[in-house]
Amino acid sequence: MNQQTPRLISRSLKISILSLVFALVSVNFSFAGGDTDGDKFDPGAMINHHIKDSHQWEIFHGFTIPLPVIVYSESNGLDMFMSSNFFNEAHEEVPYNGYVMDHDHITLENGDHVLDLSITKNVLFLFFNATALLLVFFAVKRGYRKNEGKAPKGIQSFFEPIIVFIRDEIVKPNIGPRYEKYLPYMLTLFFFIWFGNLLGLLPAAANMSGNIAVTLTLAVFSLIITLASSRRTYWMHMLDPVGNSMPWSAKALLYIILVPIELVGIITKPFSLMIRLFANITAGHIIILSIISLTFIAGSIGVGVVASLFASVMYFLELFVAILQAYVFTLLSAMYFGQAVEEHH
Amino acid sequence: MELVTPDVGLIIWQTVVFLIVFVVLALFVWKPIIGSLKAREHQIEDSLRAADNAKEEMEQIKSDNEYLLQEARIERDQILKTAKDEANGIIDKAKSETSDITQKMIKDAQDAIEGERRAAVKEIQELVASLSIEVAEKILREKLSDDKSQKALVDKFIKEVEIN
Repeated sequence: MNQQTPRLISRSLKISILSLVFALVSVNFSFAGGDTDGDKFDPGAMINHHIKDSHQWEIFHGFTIPLPVIVYSESNGLDMFMSSNFFNEAHEEVPYNGYVMDHDHITLENGDHVLDLSITKNVLFLFFNATALLLVFFAVKRGYRKNEGKAPKGIQSFFEPIIVFIRDEIVKPNIGPRYEKYLPYMLTLFFFIWFGNLLGLLPAAANMSGNIAVTLTLAVFSLIITLASSRRTYWMHMLDPVGNSMPWSAKALLYIILVPIELVGIITKPFSLMIRLFANITAGHIIILSIISLTFIAGSIGVGVVASLFASVMYFLELFVAILQAYVFTLLSAMYFGQAVEEHH
Repeated sequence: MELVTPDVGLIIWQTVVFLIVFVVLALFVWKPIIGSLKAREHQIEDSLRAADNAKEEMEQIKSDNEYLLQEARIERDQILKTAKDEANGIIDKAKSETSDITQKMIKDAQDAIEGERRAAVKEIQELVASLSIEVAEKILREKLSDDKSQKALVDKFIKEVEIN
């Protein structure tokens, strides 16, 4: 029951947020279709600019930190240079060294594809996230060494209940007696997503954990671990879900439909993990930005005050969503691992 | 839609960064933390068990003490009882001995008194007898002062002897 409730909450939240996303996307198109006058405020473009990855880090308008571009192509080999080379004094995109950048998409001048390994804004925030995780948890570990055999203190006492919660409420009940093998991954996953979500809420931050590439990678990790630890029972549930309750002749007909569905389920489960995290975090950003955009659309201080209040409320909700989505991703991954390692019963 | 198109570069970076973070944390942070947590939980469990044991032991000692106390109390009562009995016996014995002695003393006294009385009576008898003889002698001397009366008496005695 207590595993169902957060799922239900997240599902209803997801549905409401997704519907908002679609509403906003349609708004974007209507704005994009309009006259792009230099002075006219375009919320769609602004929001897209904020939630998408970039080769430069714009702290605020007019103050932009260029980031390193690393590209590889068969014809030109590996190339490294600063992204500021793509802009002239008038902040217009210009070709550089045989590469062109069009809306943060780098290609060769002849239009050939390149492998873009640049330290983009999201990659930078991946590094920030990793640094934060390592700093925080090495500090936590020091606490365990310092207060050995004593009550936890400081940062250690803040994270210990969370670690114990993940172990006792997420990993242990869902995976079963062999949970300990999965605990390091589950802890890393939870804190990686949570810290990433929180970092994304900082001003001028990248929408890192709301990027589909990041969530895709996390979902693929969970899929790989699921398949790597799968046992006979896991596959028998898919290939012979009805078991011995039916004669073979009846089962054969049923399985023509059932087995493909079950097999597709292997992929849809991590796919849902990927979409859930991406949609929740990105939608949160879109909502806050949209509410703030209202001020500039209306051009009135009154709307600005109300919008700021409303955006603050949304911000608190996003702080909650940050940990909720980390919890949901970890919980569902644990459940998939649990199904994979389940013994025959 | 660019938003939902995963970027290959970011996937590669995310894989690298996540794996590094995972490996470093798993080896140097999660392992010791999980170990410490487990150790502490064991320690707490052990301590609780030890406390329970100590409590049980305490209970045992307490009941032992109670038993010993009870035992001591019983022994004390027994000792008191024997002492009392003994004392009573001694008193009884003393009483009976005392009464025997008294009895004997009374008897001796009575015997002595009886002896004295008998001796006195005998003495009195002897005294009375000698007095009577003296009186009789005096009377006879008076009465037989003349011959006539002596003769009459002799006659009388002869008569009496004759009858016998």
